[in-house]
Amino acid sequence: MTDLETFRRETRAWLEANCPAEMRTPPDDEEDRCWGGRNWKFKNEAQKQWLERMAARGWTVPDWPKEFGGGGLSKDETKILREEMRAMKCRSPLDSFGIWMLGPALLKYGNEAQKKEHLPKIARGEIRWCQGYSEPGAGSDLASLQTKAEDKGDHYLVNGQKIWTSYANYADWIFCLVRTDPKAKKHEGISFLLFDMASSGVETRPILLISGKSPFCETFFTDVKVPKENLVYTENKGWDVAKYLLTHERDMIGGMGLGGGRPLGQIAAQSVGVENGSLADPLLRADIAEFDVDAFAFALAMERAGDLMKSKQAHPAYSSFLKYYGTELNKRRHELVMSSLGSDGLEWESERSQEGDAPRAWLRTKANSIEGGTSEVQLNIISKRILELPGA
Amino acid sequence: MALVLTEEQSMLRDSARGLVADRAPIAHLRKLRDSRDDEGFSREVWKEFASMGFAGIIVPEDNGGSGLGHVEAGVVMEEIGRNLTPSPFLSTAILGATALKRAGGARAGDLLARLSAGDLLLALALDERPKHTPKHIETKATRSGNGFTLSGAKTFVVDGHVADLLIVTARTAGGDDDKDGVTLLLVDPKAKGVSIERTIMVDAHNAARITFENVAVDSDAVLGEIDAGAPLVETILDAGRACVASELLGLSEEAFERTVAYLKERKQFGKLIGEFQGLQHRASHLYCELEITRAAVLKALQMLDADADKARAYVAVAKARACSSADLAVREAVQMHGGNGMTDAIDIGLFMKRARVAQELFGDARFHANRIAKIRGY
Ligand SMILES: Cc1cc2nc3c(=O)[nH]c(=O)nc-3n(C[C@H](O)[C@H](O)[C@H](O)COP(=O)(O)OP(=O)(O)OC[C@H]3O[C@@H](n4cnc5c(N)ncnc54)[C@H](O)[C@@H]3O)c2cc1C
Ligand SMILES: Cc1cc2nc3c(=O)[nH]c(=O)nc-3n(C[C@H](O)[C@H](O)[C@H](O)COP(=O)(O)OP(=O)(O)OC[C@H]3O[C@@H](n4cnc5c(N)ncnc54)[C@H](O)[C@@H]3O)c2cc1C
Repeated sequence: MTDLETFRRETRAWLEANCPAEMRTPPDDEEDRCWGGRNWKFKNEAQKQWLERMAARGWTVPDWPKEFGGGGLSKDETKILREEMRAMKCRSPLDSFGIWMLGPALLKYGNEAQKKEHLPKIARGEIRWCQGYSEPGAGSDLASLQTKAEDKGDHYLVNGQKIWTSYANYADWIFCLVRTDPKAKKHEGISFLLFDMASSGVETRPILLISGKSPFCETFFTDVKVPKENLVYTENKGWDVAKYLLTHERDMIGGMGLGGGRPLGQIAAQSVGVENGSLADPLLRADIAEFDVDAFAFALAMERAGDLMKSKQAHPAYSSFLKYYGTELNKRRHELVMSSLGSDGLEWESERSQEGDAPRAWLRTKANSIEGGTSEVQLNIISKRILELPGA
Repeated sequence: MALVLTEEQSMLRDSARGLVADRAPIAHLRKLRDSRDDEGFSREVWKEFASMGFAGIIVPEDNGGSGLGHVEAGVVMEEIGRNLTPSPFLSTAILGATALKRAGGARAGDLLARLSAGDLLLALALDERPKHTPKHIETKATRSGNGFTLSGAKTFVVDGHVADLLIVTARTAGGDDDKDGVTLLLVDPKAKGVSIERTIMVDAHNAARITFENVAVDSDAVLGEIDAGAPLVETILDAGRACVASELLGLSEEAFERTVAYLKERKQFGKLIGEFQGLQHRASHLYCELEITRAAVLKALQMLDADADKARAYVAVAKARACSSADLAVREAVQMHGGNGMTDAIDIGLFMKRARVAQELFGDARFHANRIAKIRGY
């Protein structure tokens, strides 16, 4: 038996023994996941146990180095762990912007002290992070951001406003893009700062979404003092860090194209009925089949992307392709969920609809092709960096 | 298995690319077309294919073949796609070889050896309707004496007019659409009662309509089992579908690359047309579609090598995707070439023509999406 086969067998046995039954069902929605943080209230004992057991092995971040709270697994081992978790329907023990975005950026650009300070706390779910990128005047054109940080000797003084900051009202710390050189060209005067959301001068105001939920905020900074040691990488080189982090964000969001959830064919069968073994609505059936073909193929493209990355053949802008396609696919899926549910899917407040799960989820997916860089921006990146079209 | 080509497979691709681009580029197709060549392909080039080991690419080494798999066959098909090469590769090296390999039997070994040497051309006579409906078989083989009498009509038989042997699906029992009662027969195209009409297709590739009128066939002509040929037909078709998907992918990529190059060269309004975002986004979207298809096609080929019986859904997805993305690729290619795209002088239109034919071959995107729906039970 090869090492990897042994690893798979042992992993399976360990998961079998350690993943509580409650953690083997899909979470209802984003709020049903475990996000961690100083003020985190576990939904139940199982959620707590699952996080602690996985964190003890470093498996909340299996491919990070052990010294920073990771599992030190190779790419192949990480893939096996993910496969086994999927096969057993284990939930992710911990979801966080720290894991998906900041961690990889710190591993590449952080200094030793920053890695030692922040990574283990991310891995154990002790600190919850939010992302301070977008501003009212700087969305797709992120590099035109205006929040400024003035050099005051041992600290920076931060003033300005962010917007669409997901979970800023729950987050403990923020990774934040600020302008440190107002005279430089727009990409060259930006720095990447980390600071505590409990610092004086930080204020958050939740924004209500069309889904009726409020997962993000306007975030205001008035004379916030940030110690110099919280600058990541070099002053005025924050754009490099920001871009690198975005590729990780895109991979994460693109992964939503993998869907999950009840098969569309089953949902539709309940509402339109079945004749001679086929859905009674042939045009809906055709749309679902076409979607299933694309979703099946997209999952394979994700698999291939992983293998391309492993063998160092992936184009650096490949994550834009996955982000674009995966999010458009997820939106398509939810449109078809709504069409398949018919009037059942329209109930916003009712017993049967579990408080409007379906329409709220449908509306939430519309953000997928906006957050993390819009679909149009991804197409611009592909045009420029992959196809090398002029003027893109 | 990783969803990337191995080093050996990449090397094979390079040598296939060299051979096909050198010996059978699009100019080769044009020459055959414009000279109204009787056979519509080049025997000389086919011999070279054979000497490179491509004719017997999936034939076991014991039978004189290269003993490689579907991934390698797909690699060759992609180059054929890029160059729009009219070649017996599909009908002989894929369909014919799969049929003989899977069916086995007394004659298979010898036939496979001749096939690998480039000395035997085969054609699959299967479709009877203008839309691929493999389960519908009206052609009848009724028992008589030591063998059968075959009657019926087949259409869209790729390479039917040049084949040395025809592989014919016939009904030996049951009704026209029954799963049971199908038998595969090896039929000599020169036998009495066989008439073959060559049909030059829109893409200038080869096909034929073939009718059988009381053709006497020996019992040793049976490939596989009598009355139980349906699974063998599916196996042959799935190998063919995955390989046609590779061909479609190859031609899509070539058409796409030529189009992107044109966007960087053609000027209007004082700018390169590639500067217009309206075209940039469409080109980038198409890039994504092709990347998705590439993953699906490679996976289907790998599944055929790993466990052919589990490959069905993968093959359906690969062919459906290859059809839909090729369709988009060639339409965008012609459109973005403007008036030029409409001329016979440049090659772009030839890609559109071949894509049309390869989509119909063994089921279009709708056919395969329907298969997925059935597999998933809705
Ligand atoms: C649910 C959700 C969560 C979010 N979470 C966070 C977060 O945690 N932290 C954070 O910093 N930000 C977050 N964002 C913000 C997100 O990154 C921005 O919304 C996004 O970058 C788009 O910016 P914008 O909203 O200003 O739109 P705009 O940039 O104003 O875009 C408007 C439209 O114009 C198009 N457009 C813009 N420029 C071009 C161009 N060059 N070519 C073609 N079309 C173009 C866009 O594609 C879009 O369709 C979140 C957003 C959402 C919806
Ligand atoms: C069958 C046929 C018959 C014709 N008959 C006549 C005739 O009788 N008399 C005559 O004078 N002409 C005729 N034409 C020419 C026809 O009007 C031109 O082909 C057409 O105007 C496009 O120009 P083009 O071919 O140079 O393409 P281009 O202008 O080079 O266009 C190439 C591609 O770039 C795109 N493109 C160009 N500019 C932009 C932009 N600003 N933004 C976004 N995309 C852009 C185009 O849409 C196209 O997809 C005929 C053409 C055909 C095909």
